[in-house]
Amino acid sequence: MAIPFFFYLFSILAVASAVLVVTARNPVHSVLFLILCFFNAAGLFVLLGAEFLAMILIVVYVGAVAVLFLFVVMMLDVDFVELREGFLNYLPIGAVIGLILMVELILLYATWHIAPDLIAHVSSPQSDSVTNTQAIGLVLYTKYVFWFQTAGLILLVAMIGAIVLTMRHKPNVKRQVIADQVARGPATSIEIREVKSGEGI
Amino acid sequence: MIGLTHYLTVAAIIFTVGIFGIFLNRKNVIIIMMSIELMLLAVNINLVAFSSALHDLVGQVFALLILTVAAGEAAIGLAILVTYFRNRGTIAVEDINLMKG
Repeated sequence: MAIPFFFYLFSILAVASAVLVVTARNPVHSVLFLILCFFNAAGLFVLLGAEFLAMILIVVYVGAVAVLFLFVVMMLDVDFVELREGFLNYLPIGAVIGLILMVELILLYATWHIAPDLIAHVSSPQSDSVTNTQAIGLVLYTKYVFWFQTAGLILLVAMIGAIVLTMRHKPNVKRQVIADQVARGPATSIEIREVKSGEGI
Repeated sequence: MIGLTHYLTVAAIIFTVGIFGIFLNRKNVIIIMMSIELMLLAVNINLVAFSSALHDLVGQVFALLILTVAAGEAAIGLAILVTYFRNRGTIAVEDINLMKG
């Protein structure tokens, strides 16, 4: 009884907040609805038995990605009303295409079944004796360690790219340049003058 | 009884809403990126639903990798957006035709 109730609660809230993300007038509200959508998706993950992924979803999406969006929306001084021009022009075509796609996908899911012998051929079966987190760790760090490392590399490249793209040096701001300091010697920093006795410089 | 089809349907609806959002907000690149995040979330729900239905952990490993890519994509996209706004003073994507591609 409890699982259907929570499934419908989470899924209705997730879909409703997803709709509000794309239709909200204010982008800050869009980001907040995106956070709500992620929370409800995490609830669905818990119902599916993927607790580790649910918590990762909250940490990564709500803690990092959504806050990044919020930061950019608030930092850029953009006239969002101007950007909403043509909103109603694109509504019919978008609605038609979206509806066609959704009906096709749902028809597909309603008529399609998993081949019964597929269960026997799964590559990393989930055992009930260990927790979900432990089970993911057991396969992620052994069988899929190459993909795990690749994911780390992707994050490294993304981090370097973001830093390179957004870092800029203002020309009139003084900074410490280590190479200049090391290269400095008596020849470049001391000026020797002949001073006649009894006179100043 | 809630089965695999229910979760797939929810994911299909969220994915479609993401596509709809791209059509609807053709000028606002921030909302477009949020729509892409919604679509990636729908894909993750699909993978986790299949993982749970088949008792196979690979789906959850894949979902973890998609999560990583989504985080990197958001960071790079927003960095490009900030740089573009700094140079042009606007984020209207319709004006991005500098390369005439």
